[in-house]
Amino acid sequence: MKANAKSWGLFSLGLFVLLVFTAGLSLSVGSADIRLFDIPGIIAAGPGSAEYGILMGIRLPRTLLGIAMGGALSLAGTLLQGMFKNPLVEPYTLGISGGASLGICINILFKLYAVIGIIAYPLSGFAGASLVIFLVYGLNRSTRHIRSNRMLLTGVMISYVASSLVMLLMALAGTDDLQTIVLWIMGSLDEPDMTLIRMALMGSFAGLVLSYFFCFDLNALALGEEEAANLGINTARARKGIFFIASFLTGLSVSMAGVIMFVGLIVPHFMRLVTGPDHRILLIASYLGGGVFLLICDVIARTVIAPLELPAGVITGIIGGVVFIWAISRKKEDL
Amino acid sequence: MTPSPLVRIEDITLGFGRRQVLSNISFDVPAGRIVSIIGPNGAGKTSLLRTVCGNLAPFKGDIVLKGKKIATRTRSDLARQMAVVRQNQTPMPIKVQPYVLLGRLPFFKPFQFFESRKDLDLARHFMSVTGILDLADSAMDQISGGERQLAALARALTQEPEILVLDEPTAHLDITHQARILDLISGLRDHLGLTVLMVIHDLNLAAEYSDELVLLNKERGRIHAMGTPEEILTRENILAVYHTPVRVEKNPKSGRPCIFIDRAYACCNSL
Repeated sequence: MKANAKSWGLFSLGLFVLLVFTAGLSLSVGSADIRLFDIPGIIAAGPGSAEYGILMGIRLPRTLLGIAMGGALSLAGTLLQGMFKNPLVEPYTLGISGGASLGICINILFKLYAVIGIIAYPLSGFAGASLVIFLVYGLNRSTRHIRSNRMLLTGVMISYVASSLVMLLMALAGTDDLQTIVLWIMGSLDEPDMTLIRMALMGSFAGLVLSYFFCFDLNALALGEEEAANLGINTARARKGIFFIASFLTGLSVSMAGVIMFVGLIVPHFMRLVTGPDHRILLIASYLGGGVFLLICDVIARTVIAPLELPAGVITGIIGGVVFIWAISRKKEDL
Repeated sequence: MTPSPLVRIEDITLGFGRRQVLSNISFDVPAGRIVSIIGPNGAGKTSLLRTVCGNLAPFKGDIVLKGKKIATRTRSDLARQMAVVRQNQTPMPIKVQPYVLLGRLPFFKPFQFFESRKDLDLARHFMSVTGILDLADSAMDQISGGERQLAALARALTQEPEILVLDEPTAHLDITHQARILDLISGLRDHLGLTVLMVIHDLNLAAEYSDELVLLNKERGRIHAMGTPEEILTRENILAVYHTPVRVEKNPKSGRPCIFIDRAYACCNSL
């Protein structure tokens, strides 16, 4: 269908341009003012200048991480909301963030980072997240298919257990460790290591590509499990695939940037209001929209009380929540 | 001459957990016929239908579609030959046209991302056949239950199935929609040779539109009788299965059996 392909392309392109523009904004705003139009010149001039150092050493990694994390989180949210047919599900509902937080807490308390270096943070986070993923999946493997509501409940329970354990560790921790833990849990895009950022970017992009293998399955699953099966969908395989992609994306983002709330809940809803329920467009729209949203929130977090900065997760909650309430109160129909 | 069976239900025993609902059910659905399953509430009509569609694994027995067991077919292979309309369509925010187009999913080639011209034409054709073309851009949760039922039928027909499986296609519909859906189905049977297996509650509609009836007995969990409407819808059969006394007359126009509740008999009996 021609018109369909055309509107798909135009819409994706529009969001991509918006993302590039926001990235430019994110690169130019900060304590040292760099004008948007000077950026190509600075990069062309090569290393040496102070601006180049700030741009390539601080702002570019941060911007790239923002795109990767915003995209990963909101894509994971879209996948999970589509699979569970539940508008309240978000990437953290399944306890993956709890597991990752626990992993990081243990890393901080037992000073694992002193043994294996800075990579201990993402590594321990990812280990915690993977543990939860396999726990939730393993506990819900029935003979024929994954039972979805049970899976959600297990996830919620695991997430409570994990956050209680985090609290316990925090109660036992010393003041220095405590602050590290709290700051980490609030979520931040501060990560100067370019290798890690490249990995995060590739990982989240791979998640986007893989998720497209399930876009029709998601569309059919919206009708219900049996209806989808009657349309020729292998629902058990689809659920498995979607669950693992979403878990991978969530685990990746939590271990890289901490717990950034609301992106995975609000952006999918917002995009669904704009694009409708077709996952062919919704997946890429969520990814790009998540990047835009997180970058904007990060720019605000860096500028409102400059030179200090707020945790990005706080801003996503405040801005995202308010904008979202405004958007749904304007729309009269049911979600 | 009996037409060859398109679907063969072979010795199906099914149930939930330890409870056995139906046992040793066997019958054929011949190509180009409308076969209706009737029986009291809770007799296992819908469960049997779910088994035929491969949604509910039976304890025992096989469903054979065109000589091949459905358990050995892939879901997409099955979906290219069998379309299903379930009871009660859940209202969803999706628009009618994309909803009907979902019926083309089993025919998507690997790496096909958009519907082809043909897919769209088929969807529009069956939307106009079912009379919902003017609702194409309405959301499924903003149209009436009857219109949703028609949309679901359009979606199933867009699958271009050889066999259409319907669960209570006329439940909760007014007489206009009841007649419209069933006339449409029997028209498609006449013109396209469509085979239909359906569960239907209303005995008069079943009698009027079906070629063959399968009457399930709830107490015994077996087929009580099967055959033409004239053979099945008798006072004795209905009293045995439904425990309700009725009078059976003939529809003066079509000659099909027509059921009337026998109140006089019931009230004298209970007094």
